[in-house]
Amino acid sequence: MTTREEVDPVSAVCPECESPVQTSVQLRLSEVIDCADCRTELEVVAVEPVLLALAPEVEEDWGE
Amino acid sequence: MSELDGTIRVLASRVRSEERLILDALTAAGAAHEYVDPRVLRTVLDAPAPSGRLVLNREISLVRARYAAHALEAVGCTVVNSFTSIDVCGDKWRTSAALVRSGVPTPRAALALTPEGGIEALRELGYPAVIKPKCGSWGRGVALLKDEETARIALELSTSGSTPDGQVVYLQEAVPKPERDIRVVVVGGRALGAVYRRSKAWRTNVARGAVVEPCPLSPALARVAVAATAAVGAEIAGVDMVEDADGAPTVLEVNGRTEFAGFQRALDGRVDVAATIVDHLLTKEVA
Ligand SMILES: [Zn+2]
Repeated sequence: MTTREEVDPVSAVCPECESPVQTSVQLRLSEVIDCADCRTELEVVAVEPVLLALAPEVEEDWGE
Repeated sequence: MSELDGTIRVLASRVRSEERLILDALTAAGAAHEYVDPRVLRTVLDAPAPSGRLVLNREISLVRARYAAHALEAVGCTVVNSFTSIDVCGDKWRTSAALVRSGVPTPRAALALTPEGGIEALRELGYPAVIKPKCGSWGRGVALLKDEETARIALELSTSGSTPDGQVVYLQEAVPKPERDIRVVVVGGRALGAVYRRSKAWRTNVARGAVVEPCPLSPALARVAVAATAAVGAEIAGVDMVEDADGAPTVLEVNGRTEFAGFQRALDGRVDVAATIVDHLLTKEVA
């Protein structure tokens, strides 16, 4: 089963603008979220504790 | 053969709104499931069959989606959508061919293996026409060709410096379209709903900033969308269509790893795509 961790908002910081990223929901690994302050797309690279990285650029073969 | 394991594996290297909705729907349904990042997936052919024989493929990268599906099917998993349908949906030429073979209305299309062949093909297709990367998505690299002069430039740009595969040109007649196209989401042979996607530009795509609005799901739209999904061998698809002057739908694209968050929002929650996908997976016989 996928485990879902409680988010500690204090530990989640936007790597772009360094503002704390508040989320009302529990984050999942590899989830892509937006920083409310700078609108940067961020990827959840760890959940325990929450670690955010800049989401990668769209690659050539990405699509639906 | 290992014990049959009912765990549903969700394959995705990015958890976007859609994947989160699906994972939440699996949890809500009490279905045993596991999130798998295809970037760490590896398959050894003589290893025992993996647990979690039913796999939902939501991988955003076409290359990874295709190989992961093939590898998992090779070791006995059932993958939704199947490798074959991902392979067809990921290639505009093969999609056109599959639609035509099944009698699904779709714009006239041509394939040329060199830029010179492309010019000849365009003489047969006529102008205006559209050049599309045969494996592109989200409207990237799509250009409208008004005449032979613009076609020569576009063909030159799209094929210069590319690999042998990149020399292959996919062309489509330009469909006169209103300022909107229509997306119908199909799951398990059933059309769930329809939305208009409006765009000022001739190219309509949510990723390119189109506005999504609800659209009545007519029997014709539902029938054509379901037929298009079956034509490419998919179980889950987002079918993009336009209506001609008489309101008859024509299929432009079939998306096998469809985005549906905007679709669902536009329909005000009257449709729950993620829950329907989960229902479909749970009723599926695993081979
Ligand atoms: Zn920020």
